[in-house]
Amino acid sequence: MSDLTLDAVRAGDVTMADVAITPQTLRAQADVARAHANPQLAENLLRAAELTAVGDEELLAVYEMLRPRRATAAELEAAAASFEARGAPRIAALLREAAAVYARRGLLRAGG
Amino acid sequence: MGEGVVGRFRFMDAQPVNLDGFATEDPQLGLIAFNSPADPEPSLVVRDGRVVELDGRAEADFDVIDAFLAAHGLDLDVAAEAMALDDVALARLLVDPNVPRAEVVRLVAGLTPAKLARALAPLRPAELTIAMTKMRARRTPSNQAHVTNRNDDPLLLAADAATAAAFGFREIETTVPVLGDAPSNAVAVSIGAAVGAPGVLVQCSVEEATELQLGLRGLVSYAETVSLYGTEQIFVDGDDTPWSKAFLASAYASRGVKMRVTSGGGAEALMGASEGRSMFYLESRCVSLARAIGSQGVQNGGIDAAAVAGSVPRGVRSLMAENLMVMARNLEACTGNDALMSESDVRRTSRTMPIFLAGSDYICSGFGSIQRYDNMFGPSQWNAEDVDDFLIMQRDWGVDGGLRTADAGAVAVLRRRAVDAVQAVYRHLGLADLDDVWADQAVDAAGSKDVPAADLMAPLTASRLIRESGLTMVDVVAALEECGFDDVAQRLLDMLGVRRHGDHLQTAAIFDEDLRVLSLITDPNDYAGPGTGYEPTPRRAAELDAVRQQRSVADLRAAQAAGADPAALAVRGPAAAGTDPREVVIGVSPATGRAIWTTLGGLTVVQALRELLAGLEEEGCTARVVRVNDTVDLGLVGLTAARLAGSGIGIGLQAKGTALIHRRDLAPLANLELYSVAPGIDAPMYRLLGANAARHAKGATPQPARNPYSDEAIEARYHTTVVGLVAIERSCCTPEPPQELEVTW
Repeated sequence: MSDLTLDAVRAGDVTMADVAITPQTLRAQADVARAHANPQLAENLLRAAELTAVGDEELLAVYEMLRPRRATAAELEAAAASFEARGAPRIAALLREAAAVYARRGLLRAGG
Repeated sequence: MGEGVVGRFRFMDAQPVNLDGFATEDPQLGLIAFNSPADPEPSLVVRDGRVVELDGRAEADFDVIDAFLAAHGLDLDVAAEAMALDDVALARLLVDPNVPRAEVVRLVAGLTPAKLARALAPLRPAELTIAMTKMRARRTPSNQAHVTNRNDDPLLLAADAATAAAFGFREIETTVPVLGDAPSNAVAVSIGAAVGAPGVLVQCSVEEATELQLGLRGLVSYAETVSLYGTEQIFVDGDDTPWSKAFLASAYASRGVKMRVTSGGGAEALMGASEGRSMFYLESRCVSLARAIGSQGVQNGGIDAAAVAGSVPRGVRSLMAENLMVMARNLEACTGNDALMSESDVRRTSRTMPIFLAGSDYICSGFGSIQRYDNMFGPSQWNAEDVDDFLIMQRDWGVDGGLRTADAGAVAVLRRRAVDAVQAVYRHLGLADLDDVWADQAVDAAGSKDVPAADLMAPLTASRLIRESGLTMVDVVAALEECGFDDVAQRLLDMLGVRRHGDHLQTAAIFDEDLRVLSLITDPNDYAGPGTGYEPTPRRAAELDAVRQQRSVADLRAAQAAGADPAALAVRGPAAAGTDPREVVIGVSPATGRAIWTTLGGLTVVQALRELLAGLEEEGCTARVVRVNDTVDLGLVGLTAARLAGSGIGIGLQAKGTALIHRRDLAPLANLELYSVAPGIDAPMYRLLGANAARHAKGATPQPARNPYSDEAIEARYHTTVVGLVAIERSCCTPEPPQELEVTW
């Protein structure tokens, strides 16, 4: 880890990127969660590991997309494919699973 | 009230509890705590590793909640074993100290929502308490505070956050009456909390996307306003789905930000879409979903709808059982005791008590550390006026409720520093110029009504500037450092730094003041019966015990010495027996005018003597004052005086103010008149006592004196002081014979 000191802050050398958690650390935390009888928390941390590379704007946009009746099946599929291509299979799977259930429960955007 | 309502009922109707609403059980409206007729029979059918039926519903009919639970929520390896257990057998596992927590957690992972609700419903309140003691994730209990105010006043927020941290809260939740003020509130509370103590987690409860943005920019250190509901309709009305919530959970974790979800019984009934299900079953769906989406914890126990749950039979019990459900799902439990659920102090205490005794990860998911009127979540179950009650309850029961006493002087310093820091940072960053009059008012204020100088537009402007400039917590740290608040800057930088290791993303994580993580992993609950589990360290126990109100005999001696007037009571020599038939002797106890100078009624002992002497004189008697040195017993003091008196009538006066009239031929424990309620004896009563003693001496009829009884907890107020005063009396006791005193004033 880089130096996170007040001197570095004063010198303007620190940004939020310097306090980012790494995917490796999140995967290690996932192992800990699994070892403590919470595989679902582990899965969440593994999804989080995939999201470390995703910028704040996109993060907010994908969240928005998953809210009720925001996206069409095609839009969700396009996002899933994009995540898959970027090495984020768990996020891709989450989006595809949502698309299938949303279709059945009427939660896709009308006209999609 | 019509005719025929007798006074007793008019009186009872006027009590605060009768302002609360109580609903007749109505399953159709969801007004039922446990076991609605419409709750499904538990069921789980798995085909080729896929859940095809869940709690009576076939896969094709799964709503969004069923679908997510079926895909992610259940440990199918254990499900067959767990689902086959009968409800009471499961319930017993939770209570049995010989069954490890881990074994319960293993089995519960395979239970459907309906089955878990059935298994916990039989637990009685005392069993819930034992189960909670065993099942909570973290060994060390903790507590969360609300810090908000009507004006979103950043200076007052900072001062109050520092105060909350000083009282020991390890999480602080703020929110806004004006949505646009959120960034300013987050900054002000974060700075204030860091001034108050290291390692305090801070959140700002607002709409989901806004809250996430605050987290991304480091302006808050955890999130909690991620609501789950037990029916699809309410879930979707809340503008989310289980998938959007799961994504949100991952988004927070991806930035190293702690997060828990919020649910709570009664919410669906309150919103009119309970599908006729019981509150407890619907909450079981929420808690199951919380685990399924990978949230490390849940805030539940009614929350906003606590009063709805509280309105039905066994509703308060169901609120606690909800919390236990979270613990059984191996999640962090932030156990409600949040929104005020009763006008009655008795009832709200009763609702909290078993959870307080059991201990939870956070006893309150929002103790209103500020004034009720300043709580922008609405008044809490516990508020600023209850802080001392809570601290003393901890001391009474030897229970760690997460709080600690705080010294008034120390808090004054912290409030000033928090206000100074926010004022400086807002100026430095060009967010607002918050003036000194305002600052002084915020330091001293008990609430926002004490801060008339606050500019209501300032937080809105500051928030707009924070948003537009893309300001992050790193900028706030830099500003604090440049303004000379290096220690505060370092604490906030440390809170950013912990994002990199992520240990606080594990279940039930808080930081101690050395920034060590206490969680399911690092501080697991190991309760297995008496002698095991959490026990306060000697240092923590001393903290719980040392409330600022406690007094020792040494404190009492010092207070009494402050009122000393040695010239007023001079010893003239040994007391001889008198012969004048009109003489009454006043005997005083050993400490009178030596170590004790003030009675419990607030008079000085000299004033009391003056009144007694005046009463005797009015009735034409002469008097002497003697100090009886060899007994602390008031009867013997009075009897000794009577035996020295020419008339055979004596008055006994204890330094604390209790007094009686005695006669030389009576037994020591008998007397003619006893004025026993020392705190209530005022100057006219001592004068009457003197006059009555004279009447006894003359053979005249005394005027009846009434003891001043009241409905106050007079014993609670004075008995500890009495113990100290009696100890002082005893320490002044010597075998020396009675001495005559000269009283001057």
